[in-house]
Amino acid sequence: MTCSDFLKELTDYLDDSMDAQTRAELEDHLQWCHNCYVVCNTTKMTIEIYRDSHLYELPDDLRTRLRTAIVSKCESHKNQASDPREQSDSPTAK
Amino acid sequence: MGTIQPKVEATGDELTLVHAAKAGDISAFEELVKRYDRNVFRIAQHITQNREDAEDVVQDAFLKAYQNLANFHEQSKFYTWLVRIAVNEALMRLRRRRPERMVSLDENIKTEEDSMPREIADWSPNPEQLYNQGELKEILGKTIQGLPPSFRTVFVLRDVEGLSTEETADALDLSIPAVKSRLLRARLQLRERLNKYFKNRTGGDGKQ
Repeated sequence: MTCSDFLKELTDYLDDSMDAQTRAELEDHLQWCHNCYVVCNTTKMTIEIYRDSHLYELPDDLRTRLRTAIVSKCESHKNQASDPREQSDSPTAK
Repeated sequence: MGTIQPKVEATGDELTLVHAAKAGDISAFEELVKRYDRNVFRIAQHITQNREDAEDVVQDAFLKAYQNLANFHEQSKFYTWLVRIAVNEALMRLRRRRPERMVSLDENIKTEEDSMPREIADWSPNPEQLYNQGELKEILGKTIQGLPPSFRTVFVLRDVEGLSTEETADALDLSIPAVKSRLLRARLQLRERLNKYFKNRTGGDGKQ
């Protein structure tokens, strides 16, 4: 196996979606190829850092505001879609 | 060397909520909003790279999902269907903001070379501890922003949000080989760009 072959399989290797034989071949390559070991290890760290980064979290106040707006728009849509005669029987808005 | 496991949680009662929402129960739909609003916001902000656009995408994607619930035939998870709507909304806003550049998920990639590792350097054992929280977020935000939208969308769905390869392909209307190819390139390009921040400095200037 060459380093280029290893690189092509890297995503499947990190995602553990490959057969046992290919996996064994890749691990054998990692035993002796320091460069591929480093690339594999640092790529894995890259994924973990992004996964744990909490980049772009939704703050609670904004979350509430957005949810209120969404629910209100859904209610308007529901009311528009229903029969206008039914709406005349519904309780008046606050 | 260990493998990366996805973080998607099982949602047993989801279909009950979807059925209730389809029958007109807005509080059931609100539960679905609560369940996925954070994910949709993250995806939208990653794609648009703009906070206001991301807020609009959250609202528009959920409203569109509500309006089109009858067209959700439950052949995929509700979340995958919602992500598909959110990604389309986000790409539309990105196109509006950058009309000079063609933005597409089919955007193709020049050569294999852009993803070939150039610098091979081991990283510090806990690279995220080299920076404070604010600095780290800035580095990660700036770095992912440099990827083409087609790469960062696949990376975010697959590696940040934990969708499977099949779900990512379904949500983006891409083939599985196309998802895998973009994911590999995204991962390698991010790794390469993060090298300068995270590489092990021991033996250089003597500092850990």
